[in-house]
Amino acid sequence: MLFKKAQAGTLESSDCMVVVSPAETCILEYSGQNETIFKRRTERIVREIAERYAPGASVQIQDRGALEVTLRARIETAFERASKEDLKEDPAGEPK
Amino acid sequence: MKAAGKGHPCRSMLYMPGNNPGMMQHVPAFGADSVLLDLEDAVAEREKDAARRLVAHFVREIDFGGVVVTVRVNGADTPHFERDLEEIIPSAPAAVRIPKCHSPEDVKRADAAIGRIEREQGMPPGGVRIHAMLETAHGIEHAFEIARAAERVEALTLGGQDLTADMGVQKTRDGAELFYARGRIVMAAKAAGLMVFDTVWTDIDDAEGLKSEAELAARLGFTGKAAIHPAQIDAIHEAWRPDARELRRAFRIVEAAERAEREGKGVISVDGRMVDGPIVVRAFTLIRLGHLYGINEEADL
Repeated sequence: MLFKKAQAGTLESSDCMVVVSPAETCILEYSGQNETIFKRRTERIVREIAERYAPGASVQIQDRGALEVTLRARIETAFERASKEDLKEDPAGEPK
Repeated sequence: MKAAGKGHPCRSMLYMPGNNPGMMQHVPAFGADSVLLDLEDAVAEREKDAARRLVAHFVREIDFGGVVVTVRVNGADTPHFERDLEEIIPSAPAAVRIPKCHSPEDVKRADAAIGRIEREQGMPPGGVRIHAMLETAHGIEHAFEIARAAERVEALTLGGQDLTADMGVQKTRDGAELFYARGRIVMAAKAAGLMVFDTVWTDIDDAEGLKSEAELAARLGFTGKAAIHPAQIDAIHEAWRPDARELRRAFRIVEAAERAEREGKGVISVDGRMVDGPIVVRAFTLIRLGHLYGINEEADL
């Protein structure tokens, strides 16, 4: 279950910025230089990870050429931060 | 992934910030013998969770080629220590570097936690080794007990920045203040049969300083040195290049030892001098080291 909006990652080269927030269904907004090439792959990864945390989630990803391992790590971190109830324990969970 | 240990020399150990995927994905291109993915000082407090997850994925899924992969976790005195181990150990790095090992108990505690995780994950026991980082005066004075605190301890490493701060002195260019600590940690590691790594040279622009410090470390008996920038790797490797004359003699010693074994002789003589066991072992070590510089036989010298 998601409690709040949270983000993970950076906009540096080879990384990606992921913002996750509670929603009724799984919604993905994916942007990046290679968005047409990687859109379906990214959708598959997001759905797979969302199943584990919260099937209802809005996920925005700005991809700066991240490898698949990086993408997975950032999406998981954003979901974990969004799943935490206690804001104080995780200051990075709140987007600036 | 290559395991560290006696069979694989680790002259250089390159620090890499654990939350920087762009740098980590280029690890095989830098030419270091081993890499140290850092979850401690190189990662901001608010990004510890992100770095931990990223490093776990990288270690599990990326092929680092021949590079030995180790991870520096946060210290046992932080809230991150247990979580770091829970996430990193299942990804099976060659070793984890435990910072601020103050006493044997610090190592025993890490050993117990790693052992439990290995059992829970069905991993081979003792597979993930410990590199114990000594960076306090108390840690240095207990170097041998720390080295012997657990079977999985594979290396001692010197943390010069924190140690000089703990001693209340400045780290200087010639490093006189670290002379005792270096000698002590090397001797403890040798007595326990472990590898031993020297501290980092922090001034990236001072190539001469790095060269002399790396040469000193090699002379004192360190097996390798940490690097904080890929540009430092070549100078570190150069410092461990075996001396040509010594290497020539090593080839002759190994040849004589092999001949003696074939002929069932117990005594080996090279250049008219008796050679005993430890010298033969050192000759083999030198020859292995020579391979890293493309020297595979006496004719290559």
